[in-house]
Amino acid sequence: MTMNWTQIISIFAAAMAVSFGAIGPALGEGRAVAAAMEAIARQPEAVGTISRTLFVGLAMIETMAIYCLVIALLVLFANPFIR
Amino acid sequence: MIESPVIESPLMINTVFKIGPVPITAPVVVTWGLMMLFALSGLLATRRLALAPNRYQAALEMIVEAIEDQIRSTMRVEPRPYVPIVGTLFLFILLANWSSLVPGVEPPTAHIETDAALGVIVFAAIIYFGIRARGIGGYLKTFAEPSVVMIPLNLVETFTRTFSLIVRLFGNVMSGVFIIGIVLSIAGLLVPIPLMALELLIGAIQAYIFTVLAMVFIGSALAERPAVGKERE
Repeated sequence: MTMNWTQIISIFAAAMAVSFGAIGPALGEGRAVAAAMEAIARQPEAVGTISRTLFVGLAMIETMAIYCLVIALLVLFANPFIR
Repeated sequence: MIESPVIESPLMINTVFKIGPVPITAPVVVTWGLMMLFALSGLLATRRLALAPNRYQAALEMIVEAIEDQIRSTMRVEPRPYVPIVGTLFLFILLANWSSLVPGVEPPTAHIETDAALGVIVFAAIIYFGIRARGIGGYLKTFAEPSVVMIPLNLVETFTRTFSLIVRLFGNVMSGVFIIGIVLSIAGLLVPIPLMALELLIGAIQAYIFTVLAMVFIGSALAERPAVGKERE
């Protein structure tokens, strides 16, 4: 076994970062889409503005999950504590 | 480092060739290609400008007008001084994100160095336009805007918002490239195509978001002015 503890913990930490980091953005995106659906149902003529803003907002929320992914990849591939 | 036979690190950059002691990496080559594309198409399309535009000039004018509209509705100022930087940022990031359509080309924005360069450009542009609009004293005064207590917070915010701009673009594009690479190594033919289509959409949205946020940051550095043009739908 060439694995040492740092590597084992790194993999575990990467999985934890992505899995727990995805919870918040998922809830947020769900709320945003639900609100947008409601708004479109009430005001179908504003669908263009709403969906454009929705896309931008979703991408901003999704960035939070992407941050976690970046951290996970850093831990896996550019870990400062290995070597 | 955790060695893997299939997946190479998305944070590594391969050196293509060297000019003297300076290593030239793949993102730099792609960036040069994009710059050449922009310069050539700009030269060709503006060679014979006329009042009655031909096809290329009409297309170009449409792009410029769309960008001007966006600036007008986002920043609420006369768009002319901001069209060069905002338009170049948007078009460069869009084409860079979409350059993965060409086989063998990796988007230069999938490496944090390119994004950091773009972020530094935005950072400098915020300070430049802020000082030009308010003068040095007036610009420095904006850091103490609600009250003097806010100075450290405003200073930190100046850097963190640029940093989050950088990491947002880098993370989105890099994760797309990485995920497509993983899927490609698991199931080869035709399976990654829907993901690549999604990646095109994400690339366009990220280019739009980067530009809109840059516009908002630059706009917040300007002095308050009466709104030019109405709000667009």
